[in-house]
Amino acid sequence: MRRATDLIAPLLLIALLIAVWEAACRLLAVPSYFLPPPSAVALALIERAPVLAGSALQTFWMALQALAVAVVLGGGLAVAVSLNDAAERAVRPLAIALQVTPIVAIAPLVVIWAGLDNAELAVVALAAAVAFFPIFSGVLTGLKSADLDLERLFDLYGAGRIQRLVRLRLPASLPFALEGLRVASGQAIIGAVIAEFVSGSGRAQGLAWRLLEAGNRLRTAELLAALVWLAALGLLLNLAVAAGAREILKRRSGR
Amino acid sequence: MADGLAASLFGVTVVYPDRAVIGPIDLTVAAGEIVALVGASGAGKSTILRLLANLERSHDGAVVRQITPGGTGFVFQSPTLMPWADALANVALPLELTGVPRAQAHARAVEALVAVGLGDRLNARPFQLSGGMAMRVSLARALVTRPHLLLLDEPFAALDSITRRGLVEDLHRLWSETRPAIVFVTHDVEEAVYLAQRVIVLDAATGRPGAAIPTPGPIPRPPHWRADPTYRQTVEAVADALASAMGPAA
Repeated sequence: MRRATDLIAPLLLIALLIAVWEAACRLLAVPSYFLPPPSAVALALIERAPVLAGSALQTFWMALQALAVAVVLGGGLAVAVSLNDAAERAVRPLAIALQVTPIVAIAPLVVIWAGLDNAELAVVALAAAVAFFPIFSGVLTGLKSADLDLERLFDLYGAGRIQRLVRLRLPASLPFALEGLRVASGQAIIGAVIAEFVSGSGRAQGLAWRLLEAGNRLRTAELLAALVWLAALGLLLNLAVAAGAREILKRRSGR
Repeated sequence: MADGLAASLFGVTVVYPDRAVIGPIDLTVAAGEIVALVGASGAGKSTILRLLANLERSHDGAVVRQITPGGTGFVFQSPTLMPWADALANVALPLELTGVPRAQAHARAVEALVAVGLGDRLNARPFQLSGGMAMRVSLARALVTRPHLLLLDEPFAALDSITRRGLVEDLHRLWSETRPAIVFVTHDVEEAVYLAQRVIVLDAATGRPGAAIPTPGPIPRPPHWRADPTYRQTVEAVADALASAMGPAA
């Protein structure tokens, strides 16, 4: 019962807002290039569905590749660094510097490195740079989250570093790593869109390309339709990762 | 064991950053004896156990103990099981960490779980076990290496009194099979007297072992031993010693 009411409240609000928006557009005769009514956006969603779906798939694919790169690099670096305190102290400021530097600022550099003809590579690299930190940070925090008494138990039996990593710290890090992945999945989509804005999209025409194109031509309804796709994409990826994480943790330790 | 000694502390002091110094502590545990340590909260009971296990890195003085890996078993205040592993894998862990081949480790882990009455819960995850069962798994894990020294840090404090009494009987039965030296920390005077052959009262301020009170009678305890006058008298004696160790502030 609670689940149903949980779902009804936000849907009601959305329906109400759309109704107010539609009514306002009609009553105030707002020009449609400025703010098209929801009905026009719905029409654009239907008419431009094949194009927008293709672009969404493109953005999704680039975000997914970026996420994979971030998992390998961020997770791998976190594990490597966790084995040595000095290495962690050395790497952390650099990782944080990467996190706080706006992706837009490093984009021109990455575009040069990737080669101007390789916009897709630049997009994946930039999105991976954004998704890197949540994963690195999640895994590193998780590796240190093992129960202190379990650590003592491993001391008691003279466990080696690799034994401790494989038998204790990696399994203990899983919930944190999965939460990092959930945050990173949203970041990867944001990163892919921003990167595409900055670097151009080459042959791959993702949602950012649709947003720019529609904006330049004052096709505001299509622009909003692309935004709907983008929001849906982010929401779906986030929900999928969260649901997967919940299921894994529930099977593992009943939580 | 060499000259019947399980572990000793000689003039050991431990300094913690923001609290009083613990020690100097002198304590000798003979091979095969059961010692209970009682004391106020913060008297350093857990510190002494960690010293005996060689888990306390920074201290002055000498800790003498047998160094073979697996020679010491430790049971913590909570069961401290790996939540992602089943009972069998949790109990096999100490053997695998000390280099026993996996198949052999698992066979011995099965034996250890059967010995604590959990032969039918080998593949249960910790979240599927009651508090008492989880503590039995923890006990099996501490005993699976057949240690000479078994250290228990208020292991039954969170359990109800019936479960607690059952676990004490189990501990006595397991002890009579392989006779490890046992050091058992508790703040429950009655549990200490029932369980141990010798109850040591720690000074509340310094953690130094004070009065050492022997308990009468055989172990395992005979039925209804808690109704025995000698048991009651020993409990009172320990309680008095504990009250004076707590000082005027208590």
